[in-house]
Amino acid sequence: MNTDIKVALVGNPNTGKSTLFNALTGLNQKIGNFPGVTVDKKTGVCDLPDGRRAQVIDLPGTYSLYPKSRDESIVFSVLADKSNPLRPDLAVVILDASNLKRNLLLYTQVADLKIPVIVALNMMDLAKKADITIDVNAFAQKLGVPVVPISARRIEGIDKLKEAITHANKIALQEDTIDVEAIAPQLVAQISKEINVDNPYYALQLAHQHETINFITAAESDRIEELEHEFSFHSQKAQASETIARYNFINDLLYDTVTKKETAHDQTISNKIDKILTHKTFGFVIFFAILIFIFQSIFAWSAYPMKLIADSFVWIQSSLHRVLPAGPLTNLLVDGVIAGLSGVMVFIPQITILFGFISILEDTGYMSRVTFMMDRIMRKVGLNGKSVVPLIGGFACAVPSIMSTRNIENWKDRMITIMVTPLITCSARLPVYTLLIALVVPNRNIWWIFNLQGLALTGMYLFSMVSAVTVAFVMKYLLKARERGYFIMELPVYRMPRWKNVGYSMYDRAKAFVLQAGKVIIAVSVILWVLASYGPGGRFDRIEQKYKQPQYAQHLNPDELHRAMASEKLENSYAGVLGHVIEPVIKPLGFDWKIGIALITSFAAREVFVGTMATIYSVNGDAEKMESVQQKMHAAKNPQTGEPVFTVAVAFSLMMFYAFAMQCASTVAVVYRETKNWRWPASQFAYMTVLAYLASLITYHLLK
Amino acid sequence: MRLSQLLVGETGIVKEFTDLEMSVKLMEMGCLPGETVTVSRIAPLGDPIAIHVSGYQLSLRKREASTIIMQ
Repeated sequence: MNTDIKVALVGNPNTGKSTLFNALTGLNQKIGNFPGVTVDKKTGVCDLPDGRRAQVIDLPGTYSLYPKSRDESIVFSVLADKSNPLRPDLAVVILDASNLKRNLLLYTQVADLKIPVIVALNMMDLAKKADITIDVNAFAQKLGVPVVPISARRIEGIDKLKEAITHANKIALQEDTIDVEAIAPQLVAQISKEINVDNPYYALQLAHQHETINFITAAESDRIEELEHEFSFHSQKAQASETIARYNFINDLLYDTVTKKETAHDQTISNKIDKILTHKTFGFVIFFAILIFIFQSIFAWSAYPMKLIADSFVWIQSSLHRVLPAGPLTNLLVDGVIAGLSGVMVFIPQITILFGFISILEDTGYMSRVTFMMDRIMRKVGLNGKSVVPLIGGFACAVPSIMSTRNIENWKDRMITIMVTPLITCSARLPVYTLLIALVVPNRNIWWIFNLQGLALTGMYLFSMVSAVTVAFVMKYLLKARERGYFIMELPVYRMPRWKNVGYSMYDRAKAFVLQAGKVIIAVSVILWVLASYGPGGRFDRIEQKYKQPQYAQHLNPDELHRAMASEKLENSYAGVLGHVIEPVIKPLGFDWKIGIALITSFAAREVFVGTMATIYSVNGDAEKMESVQQKMHAAKNPQTGEPVFTVAVAFSLMMFYAFAMQCASTVAVVYRETKNWRWPASQFAYMTVLAYLASLITYHLLK
Repeated sequence: MRLSQLLVGETGIVKEFTDLEMSVKLMEMGCLPGETVTVSRIAPLGDPIAIHVSGYQLSLRKREASTIIMQ
């Protein structure tokens, strides 16, 4: 898109940066990746009053230019690196007017990079409520930049801000905030000279960050390292004195321009809410009540749209089969690609609902309280207060949950969270469990109110939580920490959720899921379709010849004939052959080759199990008809012994396998996307498969 | 006296830090020498704690709070 000026939004978390971004750009937004890293890059276009168009980029929220997470490190590289195509002509620094002191730290750092800056003073309404008076003119004069008071949430002052962007200077005119050179005079001078940097603060930041940034050459980085030794530069000490100098500047500034009536902190509404929500007992009661409500809603509200999506795909498939000429290409398109697509699409309702709730919890400020309450328990098992969110989300779907682990700054905590999240009983396991439980657990009540089948299902859910926590506990000792863990986190003031932001977030996540996971799941579905539709040598031809013989054609009606043939073809397909190949391996678990096929196909997605079972036991194609699959499975006998195939031992052994095995191509793909290293999804796949095998083996032999 | 020893509702002024790495992170968040700090609450399980500092609420673990020496 052709734009005349590039504008970057910079600010602390919880300052209403996203709200301002939405107000400036409306639906004109694009989500992509920053080059080379998987940090979501949000850009949009804003029409300026003079007819020009501005490209607005929403940089990740950060408290300072010294990054604590991968997302935050983007801010410095976009602002500082002159060769970065995203480098803005203008930075709009958004400050929370009700909390200026801490917000100004980032401003002073950005200002010292000498990019043209405009300040947007957000939440002026809240500041007024808190009896904070800001002399905006004096404030602007002291900083030497335009200052625009706005309320992004009420869409006040946005026009004035656009006006200010239109008239923004092309060169930086802001006052210096601190004497940067005084922190490390010789080093800054030498780096400026040798690396050819014209800004002392940029030079100082290079001294701090040269090892982690990717826009200087290795030779330059090595030279900076040498210079640091030469001038005995200590990064943390330098950062400490810089921060103190900056806060001195800020205190002087605020002393002259801001007056605040001292209201006792515990009188605020936010504090009163906290007294209830983080209460010793009510705190947890309310938290679990909210969780239960969310689960109920995810299942209840998504049931109808999911059915609608599944039905429309069935309709599309059957229509296409009618319209297109029969043949392998049509089959590949309809039964491979479109079937795979429907497997992705059907999860959209659950993902959007889950992300809607998560975004409401985050927007209101409640999520940081959950983190605050749970940190102690989670730390015991090697996780972090912030792991609670993805683990809870895992009950719906591991894919969006793994995406949400980005908030965890600590590398080790984040990796463990990613590794154990897929153990939590996700919604794709639900059809598998219900089918198997209905098959072997009697549908009757014990102790009056407890239904046995319901108890078995609840047991599987509880079991998944226990196993996730146990594995996390083990990994705590296996993984080496890259940095010290710490938990210094803002507890933002409670606010009403901004519904527009919630809507945008639901839309973003659904889109990211379809695009990223979609590619993989379609590819795998196509492969599986090929494996199940073709067989080695001339086996398929021989089967077709066989069923053309009169003894079959006469004794069976066309439907039965078709089913018997499909069933035999499956046994002789590559998938069937594979099933037979792995049979010796899975025999100790109580599984035969037919279950083997289901296990193989389930590695694309767990819920494929029901469909595969339906095909293998040649029920009339319709996977939704659970009862008929169940009856067929119930009637299935072992040809050698005449015993039923699905005994209690086999069914539970299978459930254990599904509880542990990483049978989800989308999760593998998203773990790779988030870790950028195949070692992680590979080792996750390996450990989960081993656990699945052992758990099945033990279960089968205990129950046999 | 360390920040971790303050009770809920008690106020103090930050004097210095015992841990350089932690101090850099705390100072960035507006918790630096000379600032007035009030302990606003303790998490239900006894850790972490929440403090009021520089006009907002910050949570940190007790171990981290114990690196902050009060006047």
